[in-house]
Amino acid sequence: MKQLIQKLTETFSPSGFESAIREVIKQEVQPLADEVRVDALGNLIVRKGAKAKNGKRIMLAAHMDEIGLMVSHIDENGFIRFSSIGGIRTGGLLSGRVQFTNGTQGLIGVERDLFAVKSPTFSQYYIDVGATSAKNCPVKIGDVAAFKRPFLELGQRLVAKSMDDRIGCVVLIEALRALKTSPHELYFVFTTQEEVGPRGAATSAFGIDPEIGLAVDVTLTGDTPKSKYMAISLGKGPAVKIKDTGMLADQHIVEWMCSTAEKKRIPYQREVLDGGSTDAMAIQMTRSGVLAGCLSVPCRYVHTPSEMVDYEDVQNSVKLLVALISAPVNL
Amino acid sequence: MPTIGNAQLKLLEKLCNACAVSGDEGEVRSIVMEEIKDHTDEVRLDAVGNVLATKKGSGKSPSTSLRTSQSHLRVMLTAHMDEVGFMLVADDGEGLFRFETVGGMDVRQLPGKAVVVGREHVPGVIGARPIHLTTAEERKQKISLDALRIDIGPGTTKVKPGDWATFATRFQRSGPSVLAKALDDRLGVATLIELIKHAPPEIDLLAAFTVQEEIGLRGSRVAAYTFNPDIGIALDSTPANDLPDWEGEENITYNTKLGLGPAIYVADGSTISDPRLVRWLAETGTASKIPYQFRQPGGGGTDAGAIHKTRGGIPSISVSVPHRYTHSAISIARIDDWKNTLSLLQAALANLSPDLLATERA
Repeated sequence: MKQLIQKLTETFSPSGFESAIREVIKQEVQPLADEVRVDALGNLIVRKGAKAKNGKRIMLAAHMDEIGLMVSHIDENGFIRFSSIGGIRTGGLLSGRVQFTNGTQGLIGVERDLFAVKSPTFSQYYIDVGATSAKNCPVKIGDVAAFKRPFLELGQRLVAKSMDDRIGCVVLIEALRALKTSPHELYFVFTTQEEVGPRGAATSAFGIDPEIGLAVDVTLTGDTPKSKYMAISLGKGPAVKIKDTGMLADQHIVEWMCSTAEKKRIPYQREVLDGGSTDAMAIQMTRSGVLAGCLSVPCRYVHTPSEMVDYEDVQNSVKLLVALISAPVNL
Repeated sequence: MPTIGNAQLKLLEKLCNACAVSGDEGEVRSIVMEEIKDHTDEVRLDAVGNVLATKKGSGKSPSTSLRTSQSHLRVMLTAHMDEVGFMLVADDGEGLFRFETVGGMDVRQLPGKAVVVGREHVPGVIGARPIHLTTAEERKQKISLDALRIDIGPGTTKVKPGDWATFATRFQRSGPSVLAKALDDRLGVATLIELIKHAPPEIDLLAAFTVQEEIGLRGSRVAAYTFNPDIGIALDSTPANDLPDWEGEENITYNTKLGLGPAIYVADGSTISDPRLVRWLAETGTASKIPYQFRQPGGGGTDAGAIHKTRGGIPSISVSVPHRYTHSAISIARIDDWKNTLSLLQAALANLSPDLLATERA
C-alpha cells in the first residue's frame, strides 16, 4: 500500500486537470471493477456489484485533484506570477519547488522588501523556472503547476504533497481490492475539483443518484505545538465526521460508522471540524437529498507541500470502510 | 458572416440604454424578443424570466461516447440581461430615498452620479455634499452607503420603495470605442442575438438570455437544467485593468487588455474551463487569424459557474469582451474586440465537431 501511496502522491494533477492521476488510478481499479467510466467533468466512476434485496446504492467519494498554482502573468524577465487553485497557504510557498503539467519545474521566490514589516501577500510571490524573458519562458498563461516533493516515510508517519486527498483515493482502491462480498451497488468515485468546489462530487452524485454517500478525505488535527484545539490526533484511528463548515453528517450515518468500528474493534475518533468541508457536502444536497457522511484520515500540515498521515490510521480506514460496505445497512 | 456594423452598434446602443437591474430584466427582454422572434425555431420565457431560444441545426449524429442521444450536438450559449444597480428601500420624504446596491458595486464611485428610477425612468441623483461645505478632513473619509440618498426631488408619486434604479448614462460612440453603462453584459446579449441571426448550420444552438447573473448566477442555473446541453458557453464582458502602473512598474494584474481580442477563460473563481473547449477556441482563433487573449486566471465568475455543475455536469467555458471600468456608471470597450469576439465564436461554432467531446476531459 505504501508503494501505491507514493505513486499517487507523486503524480501532478491540480483541480480541473486530473487526467494524469485519473490514468494512474484507472490502471489500479480496472481489474477490480465491474464498470469504469469517466463523466463530463472528468470524474472516474467505478462500479462494483449490483443491488441485492437488502442492499443499497452507495457512493464513495475521494477527490483525486490537489491544490495548485496557475500562471496569470509572465513578466519581461521571465518571472511567473500565479493565481491559486484551491486554498494555498502562503506560509508554505517560499522556496517551494513546483512542477507544471508539461514537466517544467521551478521554485517559488518572493519580492524582497528590506523594510517590510508584514508577511508578504500572495501577489508578492512568483515562480522562477530559469527563464530570462517572457519569450523563452516554457509555460503560458493558464498553465498549472503543483508542489513537487518526494514521498517520505518517517517511521509510522508518511509525508507527501497531496495526501489531501490521494490518501483517500488509496483507501478507496484498497477497500475495493479487499472487498469480498457486498449486498450493495457500490460506486467508488474519484472526484475532480473538490479543492475549488466541491464540483465533481456534485455532478457525479447527480449521475449516480445514490441512497448513501460517503466521502473519504483528510481532516485536520489538534496535536502539534500550539495548534488550534481539535480533538483529533494522528495514530488514534480514522475519524467519523459529525460536522464541518459545509455539512452536518446524517446522524444515522454517524451511528452506523461508530457502531461498525466498535463491533470490529477498530479505533476511531469523533470529528468536529471548524473549517473546510468535503465532497459529502455536495453529495448530501444532490437531487432531493442523500444520506451523507465522511470517513476522515487525520492529517497534519494540510494544504502545504508536506502533509503527514499515520500509516496505521490509513490501514484502519481501509478496514472500517470495508466493514461498512460489506454488510447490509439498516438506517 | 455576421459582423459589427451600424445596425449592430444601434442595437447595442438600445440595449445599453435600457434599464434592467437584476430581478427587473423586462426592458432588455422585450428588445431581445423583438430581435430574435423571426430567427428561431422556438422561443419561450421560463419561470424566472430567462429567454430560452432554440435554433435547430442539421448536423450529423454525434459519436456514441457522448452522454446524450440527441441527433445534434447541443450547444448552450448564455448572455445575462441584467446589470448592476440599486433598489430603493425607504422613503425619507421630499423625494429622498434610501437605497441598497444590487450586484457588486464600489460605494466610493456612487456620490454625484445621475440615475434613473423605476419603469418610467424618473431622473434622480445620488447626492453628495458640495466641496464648499465639507472640511479637508471629511474629504479624506470614505462615504458609507447609509449616508447616501437618491434624490428625485419632491412632487412625484411614480417612485416607491422596491423600485430599481440604475445609472442614467447614455450610450456614446467615439472613434474605435463605445462608452456606456451596462456593457457588462449587453455586449454579450448583442453578440448572442447576432449568433442567432446567423446561426451555425450544424449544431442545435440553445440561446439563454439569463436573469440575475450579477446576484449569483441564478438564471443560468435553471436555464442549464432546462436545456441540459452537451456544451455550455457563457458570453460575458470582463474588466480590462490595463492602464500603465502608476508606480512605473509592470502592470501584472490587468485581467485583460483592450485591443487584444476576445478573452478566453482558463479558470476563474467559479469555473475551471473544460480544457478541450479552451483548446478548441484557441486553435480556432489561431487558424482563422482572429486575435484572442487568455483572461488572467483568478477570481470572478460567469454563468458558466452555474452551468457546468448542472445535472451530471456540462463541459463549459466563458468568452468575454474586455472593457474598462466595469460595474460603474460608464465603461469603455473597443468595437474591434467585440467584432473579433463575434468572429471567433462564429468560426468556432462552425467547425465544432462532436469528436471534441469524444476524448476524456484533460
